[in-house]
Amino acid sequence: MIDKNTAKKLLQQMMEIRQFEDRIMDLLAKNIAEGGSHLYAGMEAVAVGVISMLFPDDYITSTHRGHGHAIAKDGDLKALMAEILGKKTGVCKGKGGSLHLADLSKGNLGANGVVAGGLGIATGAGLSMKLQKKNNVVICFFGDGATNNGIFFECLNMASLWKLPVVYVCENNLYSMSVSVKRASAVEDLSKKALAFDMPSETVDGQDVLAVRDVAGKWIEYARSGKGPSFIVANTYRYYGHSRSDPRVYRTRGEEKFWRERDPIKLFSAKMIGQGVLTEGEVKELEEFVTKEIDEAVEYAINSPYPEPEELYTDLYA
Amino acid sequence: MREITYREALNEALAEEMERDPRVFLLGEDIAVYGGAYGVTAGIWKKYGDERVLDTPISENAIVGVGLGAALTGMRPVAEIMYIDFIGLCMEQLNNQVAKIRYMFGGKCTVPLTIRTEGGAGRTLGAHHSQSLESWLIHIPGIKVVMPSTPYDAKGLLKSSIREDNPVVFIEHKMLYNTKGPVPEEEYTIPIGVADIKREGTDVSIITYSRMTLVSLNAAEILEKEGISVEVLDLRTLLPMDIEAIVKTVKKTNRVVIVEEDCKTGGTGAEIVAKIIENAFDYLDAPVIRVAGADVPMPKSPVLEKLAIPDHERICEAVRKLVGR
Repeated sequence: MIDKNTAKKLLQQMMEIRQFEDRIMDLLAKNIAEGGSHLYAGMEAVAVGVISMLFPDDYITSTHRGHGHAIAKDGDLKALMAEILGKKTGVCKGKGGSLHLADLSKGNLGANGVVAGGLGIATGAGLSMKLQKKNNVVICFFGDGATNNGIFFECLNMASLWKLPVVYVCENNLYSMSVSVKRASAVEDLSKKALAFDMPSETVDGQDVLAVRDVAGKWIEYARSGKGPSFIVANTYRYYGHSRSDPRVYRTRGEEKFWRERDPIKLFSAKMIGQGVLTEGEVKELEEFVTKEIDEAVEYAINSPYPEPEELYTDLYA
Repeated sequence: MREITYREALNEALAEEMERDPRVFLLGEDIAVYGGAYGVTAGIWKKYGDERVLDTPISENAIVGVGLGAALTGMRPVAEIMYIDFIGLCMEQLNNQVAKIRYMFGGKCTVPLTIRTEGGAGRTLGAHHSQSLESWLIHIPGIKVVMPSTPYDAKGLLKSSIREDNPVVFIEHKMLYNTKGPVPEEEYTIPIGVADIKREGTDVSIITYSRMTLVSLNAAEILEKEGISVEVLDLRTLLPMDIEAIVKTVKKTNRVVIVEEDCKTGGTGAEIVAKIIENAFDYLDAPVIRVAGADVPMPKSPVLEKLAIPDHERICEAVRKLVGR
């Protein structure tokens, strides 16, 4: 049984991610947000479930679809929104954008514009923790597509060889851009890929935040106690296309409907209400609170200035 | 002053920096018990053990990525890529991650990562073990590129690279490991980004770096006997490039030969020429001449390999042409 405060926190974070992403879609449509953004809506239970089991000074690496991880890792909604709009007040001073959200002060080693680009960083951070004899764990998020990239194999091998405190979390949302797992990976059960490195692996329902917490908690503890890395496959689904220009011709509306019925926020809210942990009123109140937070973040971002021209050449070298 | 080899100088730099700073550790292929393909890390594993000298699998992209992750979280790794020819295998991590991460994150991190590698021809190892790929690297803002030519420079610059809070690609030359030169016993460092006049002269400036510095010095001695006074400027660091030193030597001699081992087209020399034209065009009395590597994959045959890279004869010819002899 989960306590009320924890339930509220999990629900609030999932709602923050959902509304943050929905609002960005809106800003993109209105051309207020320029460029692109890969949205995390639908996958909230994975980031929130896993990260809720970490210590604040544990590390994560994120992906091109990284807003959810940044928010769950205690990211500042205003600074994140401002970054996505390329503003001076952004978490990376407007130089990174959606694909490079990072906040080292919160242990977020960064989103990444390259699929599988963060695996080296996560593995190196794990090595760093081991060499410094620190008790911290690193979560490495990536998608199903990354498991077909060379550095995935290089890093999982090294991590297992050296027993590094890294939990590799594959967010299997069934498509790498347009190509389904079936058409891209010779092994459809992605958890099997860990077998090559003698690394324990487990598959979890990525729409069930409590199930994610259980599995993540177990493997985080395993890593923290020095037993080495592990590989979690969280089955999930992204509601929006790969990016805003994606007409989603590679999947059926029926499939989308199936997954929307397994919406992580709806499932968790219903469960908490059913168990008497939260009331319907509290859930509604939380939703309204989050809407206000997102309103404020958007307003802050829109009203923030762009970086000064002199900023072009700053921050390149220390 | 005592004389030691380039290899020994590098080895001392690594060992001294490891002694000085417990955050410094080494990772790479065959660097532990084997001591590195060219013996640079010999003996260090014996002293510091598995925790600070890590033999890695043959996984170049991960070696660089893991180095980056460790550098971001409190360590000061020195990664070895056995041959610069293999740099393509880690270019994603080097170009997209290592070089850009600080800028992308708005300056909110430092990357104290040194990547040692070696390049160059001379051992008839063929096209996959003889390349000079430094021009690829100087096109990447966010890293520094160092290429020392002497044991003294090698030691002082490697120590500076390890202490640097920015990523440095430190490119050694396989034909220099056995060369000897004076290296003081006492502590010293050499600043990154500062060129060095290896020989003063008044008629022609040779601008060069790495092994070609030694070949150019050879040529300068021959030319001196012919009454031509040659200045040899060793860039030592290619990124950032010491424009001030380049302009100064151009103003002094008004004639420039660039000597580089890399392929001529799109090579490092092209960048040096452009910098001269932008900053010191009015001081040139003659067109700049590039003596460079041939635009071919490095051939195996010793005869062809020799033809593919500059030698003192070709350098002398270029200088003579510039002074009208």
